[in-house]
Amino acid sequence: MTRKQRRMTIIGGSLAVLALAAALVLNALRDSIVFFSTPTMVAEKHVEPGKRFRLGGLVQPGSLQRGDNLAITFEVADGNAKLPVAYKGILPDLFREGQGVVAEGALDANGVFKADTVLAKHDETYMPKEVADALKKQGHWKDDYGAKPGVTAQGEPKGAVR
Amino acid sequence: MIAESGHYALVLALALALIQSIVPLIGARLNDAALMNVARSTALAQLLFVGASFTALVTLHVASDFSVANVYENSHSMKPLIYKITGVWGNHEGSMLLWVSILALFGGLVALFGNNLPLSLRAHVLAVQAWVASAFYLFILVTSNPFLRIANPPLEGRDLNPVLQDIGLAVHPPMLYLGYVGFSISFSFAIAALMEGRIDAAWARWVRPWTLMAWIFLTLGIAMGSYWAYYELGWGGWWFWDPVENASLMPWLAGTALLHSALVMEKRNALKVWTILLSILTFSLSLLGTFLVRSGVLTSVHAFASDPTRGVFILLILCVFIGGSLSLYAARASSLKQGGLFAPISREGALVLNNLFLTTACATVLVGTLYPLALEVLTGEKISVGAPFFNLTFGPLFVPLLIAVPFGPLLAWKRGDILGAAQRLIAAGIGALLVLALVWAWTRGGSALAAPAIALAVFVILGSVSDLVERAGLFRVPFGTAMRRARGLPRSAWGTSLAHAGLGVALIGIVCETTWNSEYIGTMKPDDVAKVAGYELKLDGLFQRQGPNFREMIAEFAVSRDGDKVSVMTPSKRSFTTRGSSTTEAALLTSGASQLYVSLGDVTAEGAIAVRIYHKPLVLLIWWGPVLMALGGVLSLSDRRLRVGAPKPARAQQRLQPAE
Repeated sequence: MTRKQRRMTIIGGSLAVLALAAALVLNALRDSIVFFSTPTMVAEKHVEPGKRFRLGGLVQPGSLQRGDNLAITFEVADGNAKLPVAYKGILPDLFREGQGVVAEGALDANGVFKADTVLAKHDETYMPKEVADALKKQGHWKDDYGAKPGVTAQGEPKGAVR
Repeated sequence: MIAESGHYALVLALALALIQSIVPLIGARLNDAALMNVARSTALAQLLFVGASFTALVTLHVASDFSVANVYENSHSMKPLIYKITGVWGNHEGSMLLWVSILALFGGLVALFGNNLPLSLRAHVLAVQAWVASAFYLFILVTSNPFLRIANPPLEGRDLNPVLQDIGLAVHPPMLYLGYVGFSISFSFAIAALMEGRIDAAWARWVRPWTLMAWIFLTLGIAMGSYWAYYELGWGGWWFWDPVENASLMPWLAGTALLHSALVMEKRNALKVWTILLSILTFSLSLLGTFLVRSGVLTSVHAFASDPTRGVFILLILCVFIGGSLSLYAARASSLKQGGLFAPISREGALVLNNLFLTTACATVLVGTLYPLALEVLTGEKISVGAPFFNLTFGPLFVPLLIAVPFGPLLAWKRGDILGAAQRLIAAGIGALLVLALVWAWTRGGSALAAPAIALAVFVILGSVSDLVERAGLFRVPFGTAMRRARGLPRSAWGTSLAHAGLGVALIGIVCETTWNSEYIGTMKPDDVAKVAGYELKLDGLFQRQGPNFREMIAEFAVSRDGDKVSVMTPSKRSFTTRGSSTTEAALLTSGASQLYVSLGDVTAEGAIAVRIYHKPLVLLIWWGPVLMALGGVLSLSDRRLRVGAPKPARAQQRLQPAE
């Protein structure tokens, strides 16, 4: 083989692998990505039952009900709309009423969101970024959502100086 | 005073870094040895001052000086000492200070051990190192000063995020940073080579140990982080394809590729241009990782809160360094001379294949990590790309790579004999088929892919061992001779086998854990019994306990198997009053490589407690694998040929050795 042929072999091989990877990526992007919605978006878009998505919003205060054997129902609200959520299992440590939540699952025929995962992917401000952005966009953001718990009495350290 | 001194030391380090960025380059241009040697002194002085700055912050945390904002926000006087120290890097500012400290450490090491480097190469390397350092010192001083004071000091701090109050924080970030930042050395060498327009095998001999060292730390750091997430987050997962995890996986993949291509360059003087590109890409991915984690563009389990000015600053650093180095590469790469020739089927060819698959796999991870961000910025649509995406892309790309792994070391340099290699792998192949049959016959349920995946892992392990067996001549020559030969093999051969075998070991763990994991989720009252995978767990009772800065509720389970008492497990739930948040401390019972995992949920109104029990077969192999890989790396590193600071002149040794 000449130098050129050898180089072509390597380049050909590389292109083949890259093509394979591109095919895999495109295929996976079509099938396995999950979209994010708020209750308002669900109401407007008429999401069909069985289609997986992530639901984000605030846990409606007073809506949390615990049934038998870890069955849990609560409502997710975003100020304009509410959506009932059913879940079975253990809620994450950071789950609480009035706080942000992201649940993954699909709607059933009755319009109840059957969640198989409830995420506690918050930072210390107790507000998932997607939820915070969605609330801000709809104008339901209150500044104290971002305040860190346990310091409301004392407030942020004011007048930080060098 | 301490805070101000720490701050001042950091400013001085910046000044030194600026000098180091410019003066040695002028020296190299003028061929002035004295000016080039400035780099050495400034690199060491920089290390001294950053070290002082870091020590100052540690002192402030240990002394609980709440007049410093960073201490106030992340510490508490009741916190145990170890978490006061580790809390230093459990926040954005401190963590960046750790980053630059490690950068300065690596610069100092090059200055210290680089005496046998060509003077101008060392000057260039340290200058590039100083560019990176200056950018990050500036970043810390402008946007993330850890030494900021509060005008009216509060009496008590806000405490560290409870999830981070764990021994994992002591080990995981420093390890990870030693890996991340360690790649800056190969980056600096690559840029230096491009600026000088000169690169040879000696260059690769220098770069390889540094890359290997960074790679070892990164491997251990990632494994440690994964194990930490596994036991601390309480739902038994060990890898979430979270962007922050991907941020550390990408440099690892690129670094692994770099390790292998540097080998080709060192041994055969080929793939020069590619090795340079990989050095640049690996460190670029480390910078990208720093950006993703530190800028707060992501929400994830690791997200410490951040603000956008920081993000823009790091993005700027990212663009300047990646864009600059790639432009330099585009301009200068063609001036580097082509190296040795090789046939497609050869050791070089195998290593090219390795590089191809590793970089492509890395690219798919990159797409999966950045695509959601790009889509959100461009269209405002929010999507989540999770495990299914990576299973569908990363998985299929790794299968051919794993099949090829045992072949590589068996092929000769320049022109290999694939049939010969296949013949020598027959034993491994038969072993794998046997395992395939056994797994199929013995197990029920689970994915149909599990058995082939385990067989593949066994093939990788046996294949890696058969290289050693072959070279030692085991089964061909008398046992004693074979053992002697095995001991005489270069340590790097042992290292290769061990690291490759580690890959197979980790794969077995991953497959077994995901396929035959059994779980019990339910509420339990005292004296209730849960049965999982042959174990019986009886809830003996619930107890309250007061910890140093938390209260915890402990559940005591008596664990028995076939009526025999095995152990007592005590998972707990801790509530941290200062932050008003709680963490779940899982209890683990190890038997062999398998683990029983118990974590607690909430207490219901009737006094029952929600319990999650998993039995995870062979789960520990997931982390033993990377440990084996790192061990292989250490063995390789200790090989005389590769010792840090090599190549040593051979003269001194010749005098001591008797004539053969």
